[in-house]
Amino acid sequence: MNAAPGSRHEAAAGWLLSLPALLGLVLFVLAPFVFAVAVSFTGLRLGSPLPVHFVGLRAYERLFSDPVFLRALANNALFALVVVPVQTAAALALALLLERPSRLRALYRALFFLPVVFPLSLVSVVWVLLYAPGPDGMINAALHWLSLGHWRPHDFLHDPRLALAALMLTSIWQGLGFQMVVLLAGLQAVPAERYEAARVDGAGAWRRFLHVTLPGLRNPLLFVVLVTSVLAFRVFDQVRIMTHGGPDYATTTLIYQAVQAAFDRGNVARSAAISVVFFVIVLGVALAQRRLLRERREVA
Amino acid sequence: MTRRTLAALARHAALAALAVVFLAPVLFLIVGGFKPQGRILTEAGSWRAFFPAQVTLQNYREVFARVSFGHFLLNSLLINAVMVACGLIVNSLAAYALARLRWAGRSLAMGLVLAMLVIPFESIAVPLFYGLSALGWRNDYSVQIVPFIANPLSIWLFYVFFLGLPREFEEAARVDGAGVLRTFFGIVVPNARAAFATVAIVTLLFYWGMYLWPLLMTAGPRVRPLPLAIATFYTLPPLRWGDILAFGTMMVAPVLVLFVAFQRWFVRGVAATGIKG
Repeated sequence: MNAAPGSRHEAAAGWLLSLPALLGLVLFVLAPFVFAVAVSFTGLRLGSPLPVHFVGLRAYERLFSDPVFLRALANNALFALVVVPVQTAAALALALLLERPSRLRALYRALFFLPVVFPLSLVSVVWVLLYAPGPDGMINAALHWLSLGHWRPHDFLHDPRLALAALMLTSIWQGLGFQMVVLLAGLQAVPAERYEAARVDGAGAWRRFLHVTLPGLRNPLLFVVLVTSVLAFRVFDQVRIMTHGGPDYATTTLIYQAVQAAFDRGNVARSAAISVVFFVIVLGVALAQRRLLRERREVA
Repeated sequence: MTRRTLAALARHAALAALAVVFLAPVLFLIVGGFKPQGRILTEAGSWRAFFPAQVTLQNYREVFARVSFGHFLLNSLLINAVMVACGLIVNSLAAYALARLRWAGRSLAMGLVLAMLVIPFESIAVPLFYGLSALGWRNDYSVQIVPFIANPLSIWLFYVFFLGLPREFEEAARVDGAGVLRTFFGIVVPNARAAFATVAIVTLLFYWGMYLWPLLMTAGPRVRPLPLAIATFYTLPPLRWGDILAFGTMMVAPVLVLFVAFQRWFVRGVAATGIKG
């Protein structure tokens, strides 16, 4: 392929080079998504003798009047509302602790990042053991010790009030390091002169944090908030392994519901409708983030 | 002591305490795999969880007796190696065409990549499962590899990186008569090693633990990767925690080795996704 810039050869080269990737995206991402949208408007069930036909919004009407689905939606929302701020704040605090250069910084950074390389399926199994119900369970024992003996052992994963919180803690432990690394890199990109200027103006540590650090971290912060919110809506592995959605649907989630509908009950239409709802939520989060980014550019 | 030293001391104390909390689950996993079956849970609440009184290889022996660990490991290595290698080529070529070449469908293709970036895999896993099953394509290696080669995030990361490279060298090569492919492999790839490392690492982190897709598409141990094998340990009796911990340690070991060896790349790669994303 010998192509002069802007020539017809270059046009051909452009198509040829991107063809494999575009083909893959169309076949394995776009097509199944279009299929999901289409199926969600039918009554498709596996093994049902009834012919497949258009039923409009029935799958969606049923979803939004189904308490289990609404519970899943609420669980995901609660998960996002707790995990996103807590994890982001904790990651920011860690990044600030590590901002100052020291010989141990690389070691600490690696340590806090370590959980990120662990597959979620393995993390889930390990945390089932950490949450072991008796006084010998590591987390029960740690709480007993920290509370100077006042903590009574709990069966975290079988307690409807605690199970979702237990999943949240596991996710925070696993995801914190990723956010911390992104934010730390962001901190190091904030120009030192800005801190100097603020200091000359007599700003204390807290004012410097509010007026220099936070605005300087705006893009990395938006990025980690976006990624964490999306992840909060796609929680699946932990639920499948740690709680099976229970007890009493306390930890069921959108994706868990979608997989259950499709594979345990053969209700393809319901599963597809959940996928579409899920997509709309993620799209909403992504659009909100783009808006925030654009506002920033207009200001700057 | 000055205020500054006090602050530094407080900072180091906080970091050390947090590091202990972060490491506890990891140590529990690794140390637990070397402890006698009966002591793993009974000692989990004491310092003996991390400093075993008795070390044994019994769990590891049992793992190898119960499943063909090597077989699952080879499956995982094969699937991930082929997926990452093909992905690097396919996605970087597409990104190069998007970043540097002028062609009629460019903005359409860019729009497609950006739109696909928002569609999460979980929302299409079930329809994709039905589509591919209807074609009779399931329960082999390729169905765990081919759908994931083209990756909008990888294309995006390459695209951003290529845009940041200086154009001069490429233009010089083109003037000297090098074609698009020769320019790409001769000039661009050597200057974009960081991007290739980043994409390889991000892809590997994501797919090494992949659970939902092989669960849907495969049956039986023949082509299944490691994450599913650990689930069988968890669901099939006898339930032996020692075996699970030993298995888990071995499952994460390859990624841990890569992580320690390429720590700088890992951190730089992850950091780059956030700053530019």
